[in-house]
Amino acid sequence: MSRLTPAEEKARLRWQCRRGLLELDFILAEFLEQHYDDLSDALQQQFVCLLEQSDPDLQRWLISAELTDFLELREVIGLIRRL
Amino acid sequence: MKTVQFDALIIGAGGAGMNAALQLADAQLQVAVVSKVFPTRSHTVAAQGGVNAALGNVMADKWHWHMFDTVKGSDYLGDQDAIEHMCREAIPTVYELEHNGVPFSRLDNGKIYQRPFGGQSQEFGGKQAARTCAAADRTGHAILHSLYQQNIRAKTHFFDEYFAVDLIRDEEGFILGVLALEIATGEPILIESKATLIATGGGGQVYRTTSNAHINTGDGMAMALRAGIPLQDMEFFQFHPTGIAGKGMLITEGVRGEGGYLINSEGERFMERYASMAKDLASRDVVSRAIVTEINEGRGCGPNKDHVLLKVDHLGEEVVAKRLPSIRESSRIFAGIDPVEEPIPVFPTAHYMMGGIPTDRFARVVMPLGEEQDEQNAVIPGLYAAGECACASVHGANRLGGNSLLDILVFGRLAGKDIIDYVKNNPEHRPLNQASVDRALYRLNRWELPPEGEALSVNELRCELQKLMEDHAGVFRSEEVMQKGVLKLQALRKKLAQVRLQHRGKVFNTARIEALELENLFDIGMAIAVAAANRKESRGAHARPDYPKRDDQNWMKHSLYFQQGDRLSYKAVRSTPLSVESFPPKERIY
Repeated sequence: MSRLTPAEEKARLRWQCRRGLLELDFILAEFLEQHYDDLSDALQQQFVCLLEQSDPDLQRWLISAELTDFLELREVIGLIRRL
Repeated sequence: MKTVQFDALIIGAGGAGMNAALQLADAQLQVAVVSKVFPTRSHTVAAQGGVNAALGNVMADKWHWHMFDTVKGSDYLGDQDAIEHMCREAIPTVYELEHNGVPFSRLDNGKIYQRPFGGQSQEFGGKQAARTCAAADRTGHAILHSLYQQNIRAKTHFFDEYFAVDLIRDEEGFILGVLALEIATGEPILIESKATLIATGGGGQVYRTTSNAHINTGDGMAMALRAGIPLQDMEFFQFHPTGIAGKGMLITEGVRGEGGYLINSEGERFMERYASMAKDLASRDVVSRAIVTEINEGRGCGPNKDHVLLKVDHLGEEVVAKRLPSIRESSRIFAGIDPVEEPIPVFPTAHYMMGGIPTDRFARVVMPLGEEQDEQNAVIPGLYAAGECACASVHGANRLGGNSLLDILVFGRLAGKDIIDYVKNNPEHRPLNQASVDRALYRLNRWELPPEGEALSVNELRCELQKLMEDHAGVFRSEEVMQKGVLKLQALRKKLAQVRLQHRGKVFNTARIEALELENLFDIGMAIAVAAANRKESRGAHARPDYPKRDDQNWMKHSLYFQQGDRLSYKAVRSTPLSVESFPPKERIY
């Protein structure tokens, strides 16, 4: 597939925010719509990488506040939890 | 248009779809699985509890006892041949999953650990049984993950992030495949198959407050309706009494178990009036109806008086932090309150649908041949359904905990096995029916036609639909409320023709998917509302204040809703099991 425009990339991520758990649907979609555009490139990359993770892991990190072993994801997780 | 051919097509990549796909791929068939999200993000992941099977690893157990519990739990609306079949097949199904790598929790002796769960008994209603196998607290995910990996090994072809639009069928009623949309490019694709399994899960999104994920929009059920296939027992929808108001995520019963209780706008502990003994620990349907009654009578909380409060603060921070940590986090995130300081706003949340596409015990879709009631049900050749979108019927009017994962796994597996035989006997693709393809393409493209009158947005109409369903086909089901609901819904459905896309791009145009999903929600919402308004008794999850008793004389029968003309028909419950004696209906007391 050819390179996506920024608007198309955001639309792609919008679909990646559709998850198996309702809780994650809310958290991820809200973060994408309200904060993603204002993030630095590095944090945007972290968010993209976060969406690749499994639902139970996202639940542990984003809802149960367990610390992730993925050092490179800690910043974006912390940000989502604060906002 | 791009066209591909497979021996077997599976729509949906949850537990049912992937267990079926694995049987087929291992038998060297060419299998396609269409999934609108990446497979391991299917809603099966939310099933954390476990799967029932009478392995007898912790204490004595028999499939026959499991069968009794399931028949009783179904409030005698379940088909006893299908229930016997499921409870017997539960055992090899769990062992097969074990061999496929599902990391079940184990006992010290190495056998699969089993825990007790509500509704399980030994000796036909005797002591508590321990029948639920789990993989820690992530059973659903562990199963999905193992099945996905096995399917990759077996070379199942996955169409990830493809949305199934409509079934393609010929004049004789054979299903020829599906028209799907590649979400990434917006391009349609025609997938032809010799046999098709619908395994698309439930449709909780039809209600405003639901525990179901956003993907649960009843797509497969709606596709079946549009192909002329009825939906069975759609009036039976399980509600959990305490979902976070306006959002729907579950607040576990454990909160009330620990001493939490419900209050209305006057601060009254109202459950004392509805269930003087059990109070807040009364059964789910009793608590749900009490909450809605309080709201209907003007004692709801908040600016819109549309919820009640679950009070936990009296338990103290230490108890909440220690015993209910996840509830505290959920309340903070989704209700914006700390339950240690403030009560949690709650409302009954739509959780599980017992009804669906009618099937027999081999997961083959069945429907009446003619218009006559009780006419013999015929198998639709080559079409199968399994999981929450199907109705075998093993849950009848009410599903037991641990039986939903079981249902998807057993009937997914059985569908796979039956399809192997079907394809062996029907090795050729049938000729394509272009008229059916054109109809599906029209449905896909019509959102971009010039609007007739005012163009409506998907979001607006979906909110209206969800609220209408909650108010008129939800927990509180009096004749007047429901009849009014059917009329309002028929009127609202007409507005669907005015919905247009505000954004017409092709790449990841989620608005287009949401429009197609909205149409599906309307289709199943109508089925629920019509079936509910017509069942004049209380049974399992369907509770009516004006007909408070179960009526076996007149209503021990399945409802069948047909989309054309919003017509209902009924068929007898299959009360004769395969090899044991029938369990006659009794009052359901726990």
